[in-house]
Amino acid sequence: MATVCAVIASTHHPFYYRASTATGGARPPFADEWVAKIEKFRETLTRARPDVLVMVGSDHFHQLWLDNMPQFLVGKAPVYDANFYNEEREFGLPRLLLNGHEDLSAHVLRNGLDAGFDLAFSNELRIDHSITCPIITLRPEADLPIVPIYTNIFAPPLPQPKRFVELGQAIRHIIAAWPEDLRVAVIGTGHLSLELGGPRQFGEHGPDPHFDRRAVDWIATGALESCLSEVTLDSLHAPGNATHGFMDFMLMMGVAGENAKADYVDTLDLFHTMEAYFTWYPTGGVA
Amino acid sequence: MSKYLLNKFLFTVDRDPDLVERYRTDPVGTVQWWEAGEANRILNCISQEQSTWLRFEEAERAALAAHDYPKLFELGAHPFLTLTLFIAMFERDYPEPLGFQKDYAARLAHFAQPYPDIAT
Repeated sequence: MATVCAVIASTHHPFYYRASTATGGARPPFADEWVAKIEKFRETLTRARPDVLVMVGSDHFHQLWLDNMPQFLVGKAPVYDANFYNEEREFGLPRLLLNGHEDLSAHVLRNGLDAGFDLAFSNELRIDHSITCPIITLRPEADLPIVPIYTNIFAPPLPQPKRFVELGQAIRHIIAAWPEDLRVAVIGTGHLSLELGGPRQFGEHGPDPHFDRRAVDWIATGALESCLSEVTLDSLHAPGNATHGFMDFMLMMGVAGENAKADYVDTLDLFHTMEAYFTWYPTGGVA
Repeated sequence: MSKYLLNKFLFTVDRDPDLVERYRTDPVGTVQWWEAGEANRILNCISQEQSTWLRFEEAERAALAAHDYPKLFELGAHPFLTLTLFIAMFERDYPEPLGFQKDYAARLAHFAQPYPDIAT
C-alpha cells in the first residue's frame, strides 16, 4: 500500500525565484535569509524520500476561466507544461515540464467521486505558479511525477471552508488506500493574509499580521475545530481581499489530520505577505 | 453590470503581449476594437459559434478606455486581473521597485471594507 510520507503546506511566493537567483545590486536584502529558510524547508521533503508528489494549488485565471470554472479539479495527464507568459513577464519564472502520474490521478478521481466529491478533471493542463513555486522551492530538480489538484479560491462563488477540509481528509484516505507500494508526499500551497489589487497591497508586512499569527498557530497545531469555528467565506475578506487562498492551507490541515502537530514550522515576515512553511510526517518519522 | 465582460477584456488582453502594448498605447481604440470583434468570442468555440449579447455598459467602457483602475475596482472587476495587466503596462514607468504597485494602492486608499463585490 502507498505511504503518505510527508504532508507539506506552504505559501507560494512568485518573487522567490527571482530574489534567490539575483546577484550583485539586483539581489534584495532579504534574499539570503529567505534562501536559507527555503533550503531548510526543502530538506524536510528530501528526508521523506517521496516517489510521487500530489500537489494542491489554484489556477490564477490562466487556463481556467469564468466561462467554465471548476471548484475542484484533478489533472490526469502524462505530462504537464508549466508556467505562463504573464508569470514569465512579471515574476521571471522559467517554463517547466513535469511528468504526471496518471495511475494515481485516476485513483484520486475515481475514489474522490465515489466519496461524494464531484471532481472535474483535465487531460491537458498547463500548471501555474501555485504548483511550480513549491517545485522550485522544495524539489528544484523537478524529477518526480505529480498529480495536480486545483481548487477555486479565486472566482466566487467559492466552496465553503469546511469543504476544503473535507477534501483534504478524503485525499489522505484515498492515497493511503492506493495499492501501489510508493511513497507519496502531499504538498499544498495557499496564502495567509494577502491583498492583491486593493488599497492594502504591497505594504511593509502582510495586510493583517494578527490574522497571520492566528493562522500559523492553527496550522502548526492542527486546530481544525478552532479554525473552522472562526473562518468563513465572509470573514476571509477582512484580512485582505486575496485571503481566501488560506482555504488551501485548511485543505492541507485536513490532509494532516485533526490536532496533528506539525513536525516543522517556519515563517518569514516579508513585505506584502508573510511566508509560512509546515511539514508533517504522518508515519511519525521518515524512516 | 457586466463584470464578466470587464474581466474577459482584462484576461484576454493580459495574456497576449501584442495586445498589452496596444492597450497601453491606444486604450480607446483597443477597447473599441475588442468590444466590436472579441467580446462575443467564446474562448473554447469556433468563430461561427460566438455569443450574440455581450456588450459593455457606458461606465465600464469609459473606465477601460481611460485606464481608470480605481474605477475598475469600484465596478467590481477582479482585482487580480486588473493588477496583473496594469503592472505589465505601467510598472516600467516607475524608477523604484514596486513603485507602481505602491502608487496603485495609494490611489485606492479611499476604499473601505467591504470592497465592491467581485462575484460574477
